[in-house]
Amino acid sequence: MLSIDGVLLDFKRLDSLATGDSAIHRLDPRAKVLVTLVFIVTVVSFGRYELTAMVPFFIFPAVIIGLGNLPAGYIARKVALLCPFALIVAIFNPVFDREVLVQLGPLAVTGGWISCASIVVRAALTVGAAIILLAVTGFPAICRALERLGMPQAFAVQLLFLYRYIFVLTEEGGRVSRARALRSYGNRGLGMKAYGSLLGNLLLRTWLRAERIHMAMLARGFTGEFHTRREFRFGGRELVYFLGWSALFITLRLQNAPRLLGALVTGISR
Amino acid sequence: MSHHIVEVKNLRHVYPDGTPALRDISFRITHGESVAIIGANGAGKSTLLLHLNGYLAPTSGEIRIGDFPMSKATLPDIRRTVGMVFQDPDDQLFMPTVYDDVAFGPMNLGMPGPDVEARVRDALQRVGAGHLQEKAPYHLSGGEKKRVAIATVLSMSPDILVMDEPTNGLDPFARRQLMGLLKDFHHTKIFTSHDLDMVLELCERTIILNEGAVKADGPTREIFRDEALLAGCRLEKPLSMQGCPVCGK
Amino acid sequence: MHMADALLSPAVGGTMWAASAGTIAYCSAKVRSELDDRKVPLMGVLGAFLFAAQMINFTIPATGSSGHLGGGLLLAILLGPHAAFLTIASVLVVQALFFADGGLLALGCNIFNMGFFPAFVAYPFVYKKLLGNNPSRMRLTTATLIAAVVGLQLGPFGVVLETFFSGISALPFATFAILMQPIHLAIGIVEGVVTVAVVSFVYKARPEILQGALAARPIDNHPLRNVLLAFLAVAILTGGGISLFASKNPDGLEWAIAKVTGNEELAGPRQGVHGALAAIQEKSAFLPDYSFKKPAEPKDRVGDPAPEKKNEAEDDLGTSMAGIVGTLLTLALAFISGFILKKRNKAV
Ligand SMILES: Nc1ncnc2c1ncn2[C@@H]1O[C@H](COP(=O)(O)OP(=O)(O)O)[C@@H](O)[C@H]1O
Ligand SMILES: [Mg+2]
Repeated sequence: MLSIDGVLLDFKRLDSLATGDSAIHRLDPRAKVLVTLVFIVTVVSFGRYELTAMVPFFIFPAVIIGLGNLPAGYIARKVALLCPFALIVAIFNPVFDREVLVQLGPLAVTGGWISCASIVVRAALTVGAAIILLAVTGFPAICRALERLGMPQAFAVQLLFLYRYIFVLTEEGGRVSRARALRSYGNRGLGMKAYGSLLGNLLLRTWLRAERIHMAMLARGFTGEFHTRREFRFGGRELVYFLGWSALFITLRLQNAPRLLGALVTGISR
Repeated sequence: MSHHIVEVKNLRHVYPDGTPALRDISFRITHGESVAIIGANGAGKSTLLLHLNGYLAPTSGEIRIGDFPMSKATLPDIRRTVGMVFQDPDDQLFMPTVYDDVAFGPMNLGMPGPDVEARVRDALQRVGAGHLQEKAPYHLSGGEKKRVAIATVLSMSPDILVMDEPTNGLDPFARRQLMGLLKDFHHTKIFTSHDLDMVLELCERTIILNEGAVKADGPTREIFRDEALLAGCRLEKPLSMQGCPVCGK
Repeated sequence: MHMADALLSPAVGGTMWAASAGTIAYCSAKVRSELDDRKVPLMGVLGAFLFAAQMINFTIPATGSSGHLGGGLLLAILLGPHAAFLTIASVLVVQALFFADGGLLALGCNIFNMGFFPAFVAYPFVYKKLLGNNPSRMRLTTATLIAAVVGLQLGPFGVVLETFFSGISALPFATFAILMQPIHLAIGIVEGVVTVAVVSFVYKARPEILQGALAARPIDNHPLRNVLLAFLAVAILTGGGISLFASKNPDGLEWAIAKVTGNEELAGPRQGVHGALAAIQEKSAFLPDYSFKKPAEPKDRVGDPAPEKKNEAEDDLGTSMAGIVGTLLTLALAFISGFILKKRNKAV
């Protein structure tokens, strides 16, 4: 179970990574969002039995972690935490797909195992890319980038508000659930009845808070329109960043680099 | 300047559920005055403040801010004149960064970009929060939040500053810092507070509300000397005016 | 019941992205046109509430396991379908980015499964219809319960369909459905009970909140039909476009369908259990008889997944070794480059 306080800490950690100041951090967020999209699309476009060809894609997270000065261990841990979930869905593959695809000496590897591994690698890559995007861009900047790329403003504003108040409400939620835990000995009190009124209470307080925020907005001249700073600049650096990575991803998608490299190094070719 | 005058006449407010929160309130606050509104929980302080910038409409009675009587047409002007700082800064700071929050008001007023920037910088400087500009509100401490919340209002250049329980929840240092800050403002100031020591220091005039009615209105020191009055309104003399518990003086 | 990237093909993922993005655009326009600027902070804060609430658990009686609120229906009841859809979508976006719940490609699916079904199916067609014009408590309870169950049957069924059409998982359609639906019947009932509890708590404390929500905006069927039509059009267009591409590619949709349904051993017993699947089974007979040993034709394109697979299957140990060595080398190169960059970065 995710502890609610743990989640909050995690959130703050990721959020503060985005305040870093590196060449990557300084890029226009649109460039970073677009590159991440191209990355994810190329990765997921691989076939189900593809494994080796996906490996070169690790270059992208590795380079960004390097350039963006991100804590590699933390990001690796975050990605690793998710792998069990990918495994749960992937583990059926070896059960249902027993065709032997590769014979490694005495070891017969079935298609199921290959596609299972492929799912895990895929998950690690896509999840890693998303987390890295967050860490070098920050959620609010991503929202603004998406807005500039055509996301409706109402939704962008919704995301920003949500993000802002997640910090407040998870704290509040943490407090009420701690209070409940302290007063429910064993499992009594953790049941549905208490849960209903606990959430009801939290909901009411949330509602009142929304009313107060609305007041504060009106007090400062809010009329339904949101004006934000327009400070982005999609310049030459961004263009190079976007085109460079995209070209690399597409090349890697079309050419199985590890196989070429392996053939080169071991001298074995077909 | 008649600009900075707040006049409330026979104000009554009944909430939709039938709670009579304010009964027949009248007072007049003139330019440059610093006034505390005190009273027990539920006395109607917050309700009163919410009338001053037109968020709540009087059930009956009249409010004038500066030259304008409160009405739908004057509401935008009144909201620019009265800067309202809410009790919980988390309600006031809703934008992704401190800068965006402080710029929210000026941008809504339709100011051009460079002006907005100057205003933001100035407002943050005045509350000593210039270095927090790019921070997210959830990364601020309680005292910082409060100061930034005040900046969000200052950036609109209000003539009258209204604050609901400004020192509530602050540690002694942050409280002291905030009081120093407020002392330096030459706006008309209206506070509600349970922090009577702060009231004693900052406000020359005090209005006591009790169950939705004005119970007393006068110089702060005089009011705080009247123990019977205070006790009758579920209040207590500020510590600095009580005898020393050790030496009894 | 989050759909996961790992299970998803680009064709299905892309289609569902388009569908969800379209619905978001439609709802944004709708919410904007309502001109109720109170909703701006309300939706944001309620999204945060939902986010927090989903992390608070309770024990399910008699089972010892624990559950939490899903909240789709609750938000629809409080905010109406359009605002609720946007709110749910926003929560899912944050969850996908921060906790990789599902992942980015699957986000479209998840928004659709968990947003569209409760807000645009369960709420208007079940909850509203059952509630009638002046609801009694009993009616409110029944309507909420049934609507929650319907929403939570449709959502997971969406997951099953999306997985099936993606063809990444080898799990057969029927097995997956049989796995998912009954579990979610239970989850749906629990969700219903919790939603009822929360709604009645709010109703007692601040009836005007719900009355506002109940009275306002009787859903006219017109715009909803438009959404459905628009969705259908978008789905057909993108789905058609992408699967055109995919069908040239043996790993695409057709192959997946053939693979999952054309497997004789699994098909036999399944037909006995699930007559409903007979139709799909029948259809699969028209598809060419793909099998593992004989993947479909195109071999000419470099890096095409299927020839790749075939190569792997037919090649000897040597090639596999070369592949493994190369893979390890690439991986090492990737990490070393990151490491060097980081070192250099620190030095600067
Ligand atoms: N939204 C509301 N609906 C109904 N009654 C309210 C509402 N807000 C406040 N009240 C009631 O009005 C009275 C005055 O409240 P308030 O102005 O918040 O007091 P104070 O700020 O002095 O503690 C209290 O009795 C309170 O319960
Ligand atoms: Mg108050």
